[in-house]
Amino acid sequence: MIGPDEEARPDPLAGGDQARVIKLDGTAPSRAATIANDGEEQRTDPKGFIASGASLSSNMLLPLLALGYTFSSDGISIPFILSMFGIFLCAAMALAYLSWRRLTYRVGETDIRVTSGILSRQARSVPYERIQDVSVEQSLVPRLLGLVAIKFETGAGGKDELALAYLGEAEGERLRELVRERRDGQATAALASADGDAEAVPGDAGEVIFAMDRRRVLTFGFFEFSLAVVAAAFAAVQQFDFALPFDIYDFDAWQDLLAGPGAALYGMGAMAQVVGGIVAVLSLVLIGLVTGLVRTVLREWDFTLLRTPKGFRRRRGLLTRTDVVMPVHRVQALKIATGVIRRRFGWHSLKLVSLAQDSGGASHDAAPFARMEEIEPIVRAAGFDPVPAATEWRRGSLNHAKDAAFVTALLLLSIAGAIAVFLLFGGQDIARGYWLVPFGLLCLSGVLAAWEILGWSKRLNALDDHQLYFRRGILAGKTDIADRAKLQSVEISRGPIAQRRGYATLKLGLAGGSFVLEGLPVERAHELREALLESMTRSDFSVVVAA
Amino acid sequence: MDEAGAIEGGAIPHEGAVVERQDELTPLHPDHVKVLRISALFYLVPLLIAAIVFELIGFAPAGIFVVPVLVLAVLILWRVPLRRYHAKGYAMGSDRLRVVRGLWFRSDTVVPFGRVQHIDVHQGPVERHYDLATLVLHTAGTHNSSVALPGLLNETALEMRETIRERIKRDTM
Repeated sequence: MIGPDEEARPDPLAGGDQARVIKLDGTAPSRAATIANDGEEQRTDPKGFIASGASLSSNMLLPLLALGYTFSSDGISIPFILSMFGIFLCAAMALAYLSWRRLTYRVGETDIRVTSGILSRQARSVPYERIQDVSVEQSLVPRLLGLVAIKFETGAGGKDELALAYLGEAEGERLRELVRERRDGQATAALASADGDAEAVPGDAGEVIFAMDRRRVLTFGFFEFSLAVVAAAFAAVQQFDFALPFDIYDFDAWQDLLAGPGAALYGMGAMAQVVGGIVAVLSLVLIGLVTGLVRTVLREWDFTLLRTPKGFRRRRGLLTRTDVVMPVHRVQALKIATGVIRRRFGWHSLKLVSLAQDSGGASHDAAPFARMEEIEPIVRAAGFDPVPAATEWRRGSLNHAKDAAFVTALLLLSIAGAIAVFLLFGGQDIARGYWLVPFGLLCLSGVLAAWEILGWSKRLNALDDHQLYFRRGILAGKTDIADRAKLQSVEISRGPIAQRRGYATLKLGLAGGSFVLEGLPVERAHELREALLESMTRSDFSVVVAA
Repeated sequence: MDEAGAIEGGAIPHEGAVVERQDELTPLHPDHVKVLRISALFYLVPLLIAAIVFELIGFAPAGIFVVPVLVLAVLILWRVPLRRYHAKGYAMGSDRLRVVRGLWFRSDTVVPFGRVQHIDVHQGPVERHYDLATLVLHTAGTHNSSVALPGLLNETALEMRETIRERIKRDTM
């Protein structure tokens, strides 16, 4: 399908003609000179296909091993399985090589273009001024080969983002600088008359404003204890049980397994079972602790947040190093949060909301585990003000909390009632212990209703000259801060109950995040909307987001 | 069908005070009720067919399916569109557009012109028959990324689009 003459003629999709036009008239020769072969189609680094082949193979490693295991237990010879592995490895490499051969990129005057695809071709063009931030990622294998993956965040999200994997380290850095330079060059040229504060950060290059040393990362890891991982491990066991040599749900098989050393344990009676239970719980806790620690160390190792003239620059990661740059003026809102336990020790986290996505998350981690005193300078550097001490906090509508408590309680009570009716008339052979279920639900409904009412006293909002604050959470407080001028739309919405009980939900359009204030008294909702609209109409979108 | 006077004219009876702040809003074109009815009909047809089929099979007393469905159909075709129409409205300010809609779930959205990314004027086949159109404002917000205002005369929608476009300062292209 891919003949030798394929690469000789320019790909019709890649806009080869346009590339020539740009080269011929050469509107900005000084900038064009920063990269050799500028405006020409280039391939990514040749070593890249090894890295992507390796990552393709490693993704398939676990399923392959499981498959190999089942095959070998079915009596298929080991050499056959090994040769299958070999064929698969070759196929992965060949696929990686083909996609490398078929991917070209071109750094143009106004946009960056990538043409890719083995059979179906696609060409993507991203204009510089739409690039929100440029991130560099280095996972283990590419790092050993001296390669990087570059990602251009436009706010399109996920797979729609433009990525170049893999480039040489030097080429990657050069490309990133060039893209950033062109983008800012265009933006400042267009904005020159609009206002001067587009570059809010003073010119001191690369000042560290937040960093986490080893001790901090380890402490963070301990707080990241997660039972979710344990649950996931359990689920994985269920997923791959076909690979196990026995059926885990088969009681006889378990008895056979226990017949050896297990039988002795089984015979020791209640004492041993209690000890066994404690050991099981402890090992679960240990698994949760260790996975939390390992994940945190892998992700947050050597965390540094720099303030550069172009914005924030964050580096982190042990095996996979990432390097993300985000312009200060793209920060739309801030989220400060904490946890139930870590709050007692004074640890908080700060996230920056912008159109671009962080690896996996919707917002950028600016300081995942920090003291309030450390967060404050970052907040200021992002062009926001920390919550002033003298803020006039307003509460939401008490009716809203009451209704929420009522609805929650009603829901649980009706389930409890249904179960109780079933137990009453369901027949004689139902054990008495089952009555614990409706009783438990009864207690739970009381607790949750009280929780809603308590939550009301902690759900606060405030507005000052240029920021909107929203604070909530009973045990672990969360504070959101939005720039009044950077909101996109304001909606007041009211459901059937809210219309009768005099409260409303204020939903604010925010680029790249959500800002919803639930259960405001109607007057407060309208008051906030008028004030916000007044500050929003003073500035244009292009100044707010696209700048 | 497309007399301009129909917008102001009390062609459609107002059924009591539906919402607060309704007075300052511009109502939609009366033909929007017809559009709502016709689109409701599309949803009702399968239900009606099912009721008739059940009726013809005849395993239950006569009318047990058709009567409730017909009552429901009359309600959905006659009363609901009218009430929905009266719940809707918009207000075009000098620098913002306000769109109000919803009967049970009221929503009152304001989009400043300075935040509009792009504008669509959309016409479905039924809308086109009545020369109506839907104006859609797109913003960069994750919530309310598009705000639709249906039931405008096509002419009015195009006019509004031009007005809004003029007021958006030129983007940084």
